[in-house]
Amino acid sequence: MTADERKRLMATACQVRMGVIEGTHAAKAGHPGGSLSAADLFTYLYFKEMNIDPARPQWEDRDRFVLSKGHTAPGLYAALAHRGFFPVEELKTLRQMDSRLQGHPNMNDTPGVDMSTGSLGQGVSAAAGMALAAKHMGKSCRVYTLLGDGEIQEGQVWEAMMFAHHYKLDNLCVVIDNNGLQIDGSIADVMSPYPIPEKLRAFGFAVAEIDGHSFDAMEAAFGLARQTKGVPFAIVMKTTKGKGVSYMENQAGWHGKAPNDEEYEQAMTELKARLAEVEAM
Amino acid sequence: MADVKKIATRDSYGNALKELGGRCDDLVVFDADLAGATKTGVFKKAFPERHFDCGIAECNMMAVAAGAAAMGLVPFVSSFAMFAAGRAFEQARNSVGYPHLNVKIGATHGGLSVGEDGASHQCCEDFALMRAIPGMVVMSPADDVEARAMVQAAYEHKGPVYMRFGRSAVPVIHDEAAYKFQIGKGEILREGADAAILANGLMVAEALAAAEQLAAEGISVRVVNLATIKPLDEALVLDCAKTCGRIVTCEEHSVIGGLGEAVCALLSEKLPTPVRRVGVQDTFGCSGPAAKVLEHYGLTAQNIAQAVKDLR
Repeated sequence: MTADERKRLMATACQVRMGVIEGTHAAKAGHPGGSLSAADLFTYLYFKEMNIDPARPQWEDRDRFVLSKGHTAPGLYAALAHRGFFPVEELKTLRQMDSRLQGHPNMNDTPGVDMSTGSLGQGVSAAAGMALAAKHMGKSCRVYTLLGDGEIQEGQVWEAMMFAHHYKLDNLCVVIDNNGLQIDGSIADVMSPYPIPEKLRAFGFAVAEIDGHSFDAMEAAFGLARQTKGVPFAIVMKTTKGKGVSYMENQAGWHGKAPNDEEYEQAMTELKARLAEVEAM
Repeated sequence: MADVKKIATRDSYGNALKELGGRCDDLVVFDADLAGATKTGVFKKAFPERHFDCGIAECNMMAVAAGAAAMGLVPFVSSFAMFAAGRAFEQARNSVGYPHLNVKIGATHGGLSVGEDGASHQCCEDFALMRAIPGMVVMSPADDVEARAMVQAAYEHKGPVYMRFGRSAVPVIHDEAAYKFQIGKGEILREGADAAILANGLMVAEALAAAEQLAAEGISVRVVNLATIKPLDEALVLDCAKTCGRIVTCEEHSVIGGLGEAVCALLSEKLPTPVRRVGVQDTFGCSGPAAKVLEHYGLTAQNIAQAVKDLR
């Protein structure tokens, strides 16, 4: 990736993070922590990796993305808005009555949302179903899904992994956001899903382990995923929950809590400073 | 009635899938290691490339079907009613129902007539569970003719559908040449004035037998087949209440949450009418031959006839 492209992605990721803060602050609710840990991934998928067209959200041959960890909708919405699926201003309607931006994604409400999710463990199955259908229909599109590291405690996730391998879904790319935290604390303390890459390999996946805040690492991993034939691909990305907002970083308490006015100002100040820094690169 | 043809509606389901599969390229089938029992194996034999076994993992299967529907295919997902409606309820609710995806749930082995397998496999709660999901069509056919027509109607319907088929052979009561099935429409099988019996599934044949018995005693009853539990044929139910004044509902399902409660809810709001509900009385089933189990839990023509008399 060129330095210019890297810089543009970094700037966009700052804007996506600001969208997360705008939305959750306006809603006085929502899930900023996991939205911020995955903000770079959302940015990479919608601005680099996926074959999509914001003018045609229902285009039949588009790549699909299923946000299996549906509670981090604020991050997905921010990426979709900045990509042009709907006005950025609309992010402030998150979770409000009559808004197209429901608390968890609904495919029938929001342009660009490919599957309704929110109940953990189900999105990955739907993504596997999409990948199977795409192959059956002879489509060359790819299917991406993002899971939380706490989410993989759900048994259904492993039913889906078994299915993806059994049907050789090499058009499916499963990403796991390993920020290490869930509502009740550290995933290692609550109910350890570790070791994650080993489990995925045992289920027949080709696996890449990357830094989930590095666009170069994503480029390498998604490139490898596209070249991998005959087995599904998983990317386990190490991330920082709350990434980009100092007081939210690595704090389980920011899983599902909105910033108040003062916290909002501080977060926006930090993110704007970061954006200025990126733009000056 | 000696030479009445009997066919299990699960067989009808498998045959209908195979027949439809020849005409509809977008029809795919998912099963969870029960293709021999649910009869999707009949489809699999004809169209192996369109039949996907998901193994013993119903929750994944339901959401996989949702994903396939989101891509434009028309998936039929099958397992026993206990696991399709019960185990995978939340997937049916959140991944199929909430996005209103075009998934057809073909659940077999509904109700007590599962027989020998016993209570763990005798699902008498599926109508209640599926009725509670907004936008879900819920149906249970009376016989082979209706079951096959229902599968076709489900394919043509845009949106989620739950169909319950039976394990045991049941009498064929419809004339195929004359029969037209429509989702949401009940049918009057026999006219009568003293009471109306509203039934579905294998209880329709029992209701007709009850009407014969009652006629011999000078009691004239209307018999109605309400194969669609949701959306309920409200006009027909209200007409029954108006015309007959007394209603008996019959279903191979708990009296909680099924056809009986749907009818009672409608009548209590629009036209209060005395009702008796023949069904499973808030209890679990048991092992035994299907006919004996049904008799033990009061799901026979005699029980229906008695319920009609109790109302007079």
